[in-house]
Amino acid sequence: MLTILFDGVAYGMLLFVLAVGLSVTLGLMNFVNLAHGAFAMAGGYVTVVLMSRYGVPFVACLPVAFLAAAALGAVLERTLYRRLYDRPHLDHVLFSIGIVFMAVAAVDYTMGSQQQNVRLPPWLSGRFDIAGVGIGRYRAFLIAICGALVVALQLVVSRTRFGSRLRAAVDDRRVARGLGIPVDRIFAATFAVGSGLAGLGGALGAEILGLDPTFPLKFMIYFLIVVTVGGTRGIVGPFVAALVLGLADVAGKYYVPASGAFVIYTLMIAILLVRPQGLFARPR
Amino acid sequence: MQTIRRRLLTLAAACALAPGLALAQSDTVKIGLILPLTGPFASTGRQVEAAVRLYMQQNGSTVAGKKIELVVKDDTSAPDIAKRIAQEMVNDKVAVLAGFGLTPLALAVAPVATQAKVPEVVMAAGTSTITEASPYIVRSSFTVAQSVVPMAEWAAKNGMKKVVTIVTDFAPGIDAEKVFSESFTKAGGKVENVRVPLRNPDFAPFLQRAADEKPDAIFVFVPSGAGTQLMKQYAERGLDKSGIKLIGTGDMTDDDILNDMGDVALGVITAQFYSAAHPSAENKAFVDAFKKANKGMRPNFMAVGGYDGMHLIYEALKKTNGNTDGDALVAAMKSMAWTSPRGPISIDPATRDIVQNIYVRKVEKVGGELYNVEFATIPNVKDPVKAAKQ
Repeated sequence: MLTILFDGVAYGMLLFVLAVGLSVTLGLMNFVNLAHGAFAMAGGYVTVVLMSRYGVPFVACLPVAFLAAAALGAVLERTLYRRLYDRPHLDHVLFSIGIVFMAVAAVDYTMGSQQQNVRLPPWLSGRFDIAGVGIGRYRAFLIAICGALVVALQLVVSRTRFGSRLRAAVDDRRVARGLGIPVDRIFAATFAVGSGLAGLGGALGAEILGLDPTFPLKFMIYFLIVVTVGGTRGIVGPFVAALVLGLADVAGKYYVPASGAFVIYTLMIAILLVRPQGLFARPR
Repeated sequence: MQTIRRRLLTLAAACALAPGLALAQSDTVKIGLILPLTGPFASTGRQVEAAVRLYMQQNGSTVAGKKIELVVKDDTSAPDIAKRIAQEMVNDKVAVLAGFGLTPLALAVAPVATQAKVPEVVMAAGTSTITEASPYIVRSSFTVAQSVVPMAEWAAKNGMKKVVTIVTDFAPGIDAEKVFSESFTKAGGKVENVRVPLRNPDFAPFLQRAADEKPDAIFVFVPSGAGTQLMKQYAERGLDKSGIKLIGTGDMTDDDILNDMGDVALGVITAQFYSAAHPSAENKAFVDAFKKANKGMRPNFMAVGGYDGMHLIYEALKKTNGNTDGDALVAAMKSMAWTSPRGPISIDPATRDIVQNIYVRKVEKVGGELYNVEFATIPNVKDPVKAAKQ
C-alpha cells in the first residue's frame, strides 16, 4: 500500500517536471505549445547520446539536458514562436503540431526508431526498505529533485523581481511594455526555462517512461491533462494536479487493472465538471 | 459509356496477356521484398533486409539459369501502403512477394497474393491465422503460440505452480495470454491475468500487483522495446532477488537490443526458436557473416526468418527448374526441410507454416556480452493453434 503511494508520488513528480514548462507557456504566456514534448525528447536523447557515446555519468547529463533543451527552446522562440504570439490559438496548435511531426521524423532519421536505454549508475538502481516499505532508489531520487524544483520555481515566480515582471507582462502586455518592462526578453527567457525543464523531465523520465521518436506524441495527452486539471496560473496548480494524477494512475492500475487506464480520464472529467477552470485558477 | 467500357476491356485483356508473354521471354526472376524500413518497426525491416542480402551474396544471384532481382520497398508499417506496393509489384510481374514485418501487413497483402497467384513468403509476422488468409502464403518465421505453449509446459514441468501473466492489451498480447493460460492450467498450474494498456508509461503498479500475488513466475508478453522498461522495473522492485522468475517469449530479450539492456536482463528465461548463441556450425557461420556485412550488428530472430525465407525461395526455384508459376512454387515449398542457422526446420505441407525446434533459454554473459543461452530443446513444434483445430 505505502509502496503504491510512493510510486504514485514519484510518477506524479515526474509528470510535473515534464508538464510544468507547458503550464508556463500556456498559462503565463498564453501560447498553446503542443511541441512541448519535443523538447522533453531532446533532453532525453542528449542524455542517451552523452552517456552511451561519451561515457558521461548520468547525473552530469541532467544539467546538460536542461541547457540543451533550453538553448533549443530559445533559438526556436526567437526565430519562430515569437511571430505567433499575437495570432489566434488555432495557429499555435497547427504550428506546434507541425513541429512535433518534424521532430519525430528528424529523430527517427538520425537516431533510429528503436527504444533508447539509459543505464543508471548502481547507486541509483535497486531499492531499499524503510519500515517494511520498499522504496526504489531512482524513484526516491526523482522525488528529491522534483521537490526541490517545485520550491525553487514557486519562489522565483512569487518572490523575485523577474517573477513579478513576468506576471505583469502576462496580465497586460501593453501596459507592462509602457512601464519599461522588457516583455520580449522576459518571454524568451521564460520559454527557454520551460523548454529546459521539459528537457530535464525527458532525461529523468527516459528510465521510467522509455524513449523513442514518438515520445512527444505518446505523452502529449498526459501533459495536457496535467495542465488542464491544474489550471494554468502559477506552479502550485500543475504540481497538485500532477501528484493527484500520478497517484490515481498508479493506484487505479494496481487496484482495478482492468479499467486502470481510464482512471485518470475519469478523474479529469470529474474535476473539470466541478472546476472547469482547473484546480488552482482564478475564475475569469 | 460504350467506348469507355470497350477500352477498359481491351486494357484488361492486354493486362491478362502481358504476364504470360513476359514469363515466356524473361530470364530474370523478380522478388518483391516489402518491409517496414521506417517508423517504430524499422529494426525488423533492417534485420530482414540485411539477412536477405546476405543470403544472395552467399548463394549468388543466379538460380536455375535465372537471374534473381531483388526489389525492396518500405511499407512504413501501414497495411494499406503494403497492399498498394504489393499490387504494384504484381503488376510489375514479381514472382514472389516476401517480407511482412507485422501481422496486419501480411494480412493486407493476402488477397493480392491470392488473386495474382503469387507466393507470399512471410518472413517475420507471427499471428497463427496468417497462413489461413491465402493458399499462397508460406511462412519462414514463427507463430507466437509456437513459443508460448512450450514456455507454459516448461514452467509447469519445472515446479512452477502459480504464474501471473502481464500482457499488453493488443491482439498478439491477448493471444499469448490465452494460449499460456490454457496450456499452463492444463498442466496443473494456476494463472492470474493482468493486462497493461498499449500506451502505458509506467509498469510499476502492474508489477507490484503481480508481485503481491506471490507467484513462482511472471510471464510477460509486451511489444518489442517495452520489454526493457519492464525488466528494469522488475529489477528495481527487487523481484529478481525475491525468487519470482521472469519468463516470456524471445521478443523480450531480442538479440538486436539485448546487449544494450544491461545486467537487468540477466537470468530472464524465454522460449523461442532462435538465439544468436545457438551452438551449431551453421549458426556460427551465419552470425559471423552477418556481423561482418553489417558493421557488427547481431542478427536476431527476424533476420533468421528473412534468411530462411530466401532459402525457401531459392530452393523452390531450383525444384521448379526456374518456372515461376505461383502454384508450382508453393507446391515446391511445401514439405521442404533443411538445417537453418536456428536448427532443423521444415514447412508443414498441410498448413504451409513452419515446423521448428523451440529452445528454452536464459540470459547469461558470454565473453562480456549478453546472450540467450539455450538449455532445453522442444523438438519439431508445429503451430499449436492450427494443430488444435485439426
